[in-house]
Amino acid sequence: MLIQSILFVVLVVGGTALISWPLGRYMKWAMDPGDPSSGPAGWKDRAFRAVGGPLTAQDQTWKRYMVAMLAFNVVMFVVVYGFLALQQYLPLNPDGKEGLEASLIFNTAASFTTNTNLQHYSGEVSLSYLSQLGGLMWLQFVSAATGIAALAALARGLAGRPLGNFFLDVQRASFLVLLPLAFVVAILLVVGGVPMTFDGAAVATTLEGVQQTIARGPVAAFVAIKQLGTNGGGFFGPNSTHPLENPGFWTNILEMVAIIIIPMACVWMFGRIIGRMRHAGVIFAVMLAFLLVKTTGAVWFEAAPTQAFANLPIEQTVGNLEGKELRFGPTGGPLWSVLTSSTSNGSVGAMHDSLNPMTGLMPMIGMWLNATFGGVGVGMVNMFLYIVVGVFIAGMMIGRTPEYLGWRVEAREVKFALFALLAHGLFILGGTALFSATPWGAETLNNVGPHGFSEILYEFTSASANNGSGFEGLGDNTGPWNLATGIVMLLARFIPIILPLAIVGSLSAKRRSAESSGTLSVEGGVFATMLAATIVVVGALTFFPAATLGPIAEHVIYMN
Amino acid sequence: MQALLASIRIAAATMLICVAGYATAVWAVAQAVAPDGANGSLITRADGTIIGSRQVAQAFTQPGYFWPRPSAVDYNATAAGGSNKSPTSTDLTDRGQELVERYGAAPQNPLPADLAAASGAGLDPHISEAGALYQAARVAEARGLDLARVEGLIRNAAVSPGGFLTGDRIVNVLELNLALDEMSRAQVG
Repeated sequence: MLIQSILFVVLVVGGTALISWPLGRYMKWAMDPGDPSSGPAGWKDRAFRAVGGPLTAQDQTWKRYMVAMLAFNVVMFVVVYGFLALQQYLPLNPDGKEGLEASLIFNTAASFTTNTNLQHYSGEVSLSYLSQLGGLMWLQFVSAATGIAALAALARGLAGRPLGNFFLDVQRASFLVLLPLAFVVAILLVVGGVPMTFDGAAVATTLEGVQQTIARGPVAAFVAIKQLGTNGGGFFGPNSTHPLENPGFWTNILEMVAIIIIPMACVWMFGRIIGRMRHAGVIFAVMLAFLLVKTTGAVWFEAAPTQAFANLPIEQTVGNLEGKELRFGPTGGPLWSVLTSSTSNGSVGAMHDSLNPMTGLMPMIGMWLNATFGGVGVGMVNMFLYIVVGVFIAGMMIGRTPEYLGWRVEAREVKFALFALLAHGLFILGGTALFSATPWGAETLNNVGPHGFSEILYEFTSASANNGSGFEGLGDNTGPWNLATGIVMLLARFIPIILPLAIVGSLSAKRRSAESSGTLSVEGGVFATMLAATIVVVGALTFFPAATLGPIAEHVIYMN
Repeated sequence: MQALLASIRIAAATMLICVAGYATAVWAVAQAVAPDGANGSLITRADGTIIGSRQVAQAFTQPGYFWPRPSAVDYNATAAGGSNKSPTSTDLTDRGQELVERYGAAPQNPLPADLAAASGAGLDPHISEAGALYQAARVAEARGLDLARVEGLIRNAAVSPGGFLTGDRIVNVLELNLALDEMSRAQVG
C-alpha cells in the first residue's frame, strides 16, 4: 500500500516533469519565434497579423501590452456574459436549459475570464451545450492563453528585449500551444470512455424498473482544455469525480498529468527566453520541493479512516473514502487535491470538503502560495514576485545592491511585488473575516464548527488564487457570495499580472550591469534556500492564524 | 478603441477554431473511433430500451441484487454530487448507523468501508470486491442460487483498476447484476 502510493506519485509527478522538458522547448519555439527584425516573419506570424489587424505590426510597451490584454479580457467577459444570459434563446440546448440569475452570470463570466472556474452553478443542471462550449470552453482556451502571453512578455523584458505584442502572443498560445495539446488529450479521453455527443440526456429504465435520466454531452473536448489550461471548471457539477468526466484509473492519471504539464513547462520556457536554464532548474526544484511536501502530507493524512465511523462496525483499515471514487485507487484523490491547488487548476478528483481536516489544509496551502508551479503562465509570474522580494532581502543581508539578472532591484520594484503578494492575503483574510461575521457566510454553511469556518476560508482562498475548487458543501450561489468572489477573482487575476509587467517596465528603463562575483548567484543552493524561505515567510505565515482556526482546530478536536 | 477591435477579431478567430473546429473534430473522431463511450457507454436491451450506463451507478434496493455505494444525490444522474460532509461530521455517523442496520453488520462482521461512504459524484459504478462478497449470502438466498456460484461470479468480475499500482479489486455493480440475472435465467431455463 505504501509502496504503491510512492510508485503512483513518482509515476505521475516524475513522468510529467520529464515530459515538461521537451514541451518547454516547444513552447519557447511557439511563443518566442525570435526577433522579427532579424528576418521575414514566418507564415504563422503573418497569419496572426492578418487576424489581429494593424495593432499587431509592432512591439508594445508594457503599458500598451497591458491595455491590449485588458481590452481582450473585456471582450471575453462581455461575450460570455451574453451567451449565458441568452442561452434559452440560442441553439444547442437539447435539454431546454433556462436563463440564469444575473449575479450568477456575473460570477460565472468573471470566474472563467480570470482562469478561475469557481462554479456556483452545476453544469449538467444549468447550462446548454452552447454555453458550455462556446462560452466557457472558449474562455478556458483564451484565459489560459492570456496567462502564457503574460509570462512570455515578462521573460522577454527580463532578457532585455521588447516585451512583444499581446495580440500575437495570445494567438500563439491559443493555436500553437493549447489547441494541439487539447486535441491529443481529448482523443485519449474519448478512447478512455469519456462521452462526446451533442445528443441530450439518455433516459434509462433500470434493472429494478425505475427511470434514470443520464446527463451527457460534449464532455471530452471540454475536459481536455479544462485540465490543460489550469481552468478546472467541470462539465458536470462534481467535476472529475463524475464517472462520465473521468471514467477510469488511466483517464485519471492522464487528467492529473494534464493539470501540471503546462505549468511545469512554463518554467522551462521562461528559462529559455531569458537564456538561463540553470536558473530555471533551481526555480523548478524549489517548486517541486513544495509540491512533494504537500503531497506527502495529503497522502499521509488521508490514510486515516473516516472518523465519523470510529464507533460503528465498519472496516477501519482503508483510508477515508467519503467523496472518493474506488476506480482511482487510494492515492488518486489526495494527490489530485495537491496538484489541482499547487497549480491554479481547481478541478477535483475527490470532494475536498470531505477530505480529512489536515488533508484539506494541503490544497489551501497550495493556493496561499499559488506559485509552486501555479497557473499556466501566471504561476511563474507569481514566482517572479517572490524572487524580487527574495533577492531584495538577500541583498540587504549581504550588504550589496540587490540585483536580478543584472537588473538593479530597488524600492519601487519591491513595493510593487509586495503589494501584489499582500493583496492576495488581504482578499482572503478580509473576505473570510467579513463573511464569517455576517449571515452572508454563516447561513450558507454545510458543516458546523471549525469545518464551517474552513468552508468560508477555502472559498475566498480559491477565488483569490484563481483556483476554482471549493469545499462544495457551501451554499455559495447567493447574491453576496456571487458578487464578493466575482470581484475578488477579477482583482486577484489582474493585479498580479499588471504589477509584474510594471516591474519589468521599471527595470528595463535602467542600465543593465554584468553579474559579478559580488552578486548573489541565482543558480545555486543559497538562492534556492532564500527563495524557499521567502515563500514560507511571505506566503505561508500570513495565513497560519486562519489555518489554526479552521483545519488545525478541527483536527485537534475531532481526530484521535 | 483599436485594441477592442483587434480583440474582437481575435475573439472571432479563436471561437471559430478553438471552439467550433476543435469540438467538431473531437466529436467526429470520437463517433468514429469509440462510438460506445462517446455516447455514454449505454447498455441496451434487445428491443433498444436503455438499461443504464455501464459507468454510472443506478439504485438497487431489492435483496436479490447487489447494492451500490450510498449516494448523496440518490443516484440522480442529472444533478450529481457528494455529501460534502466533513469526515468528522455526525451526519455521516448517522448515515453509517443506518447502513450498518440495513446490512446487519456487527463488530465481528464489520461492513466494508466503501459500502458506508458516498462517492464524490454519488454515481460511483463500483464497489470493492470485499463489499460484493459481503452481500453474496443475501443475494444467493433471495435468488435461491448456490452461494459458491455467486461468489465465483464476483471473483470473475473483479478487476484491479490500475494493475500493480492498486491493490484492492473492484466490481462494476450493474454488470455484476446483469450477469446475476443471466445466471438466474439459466438456472430456471
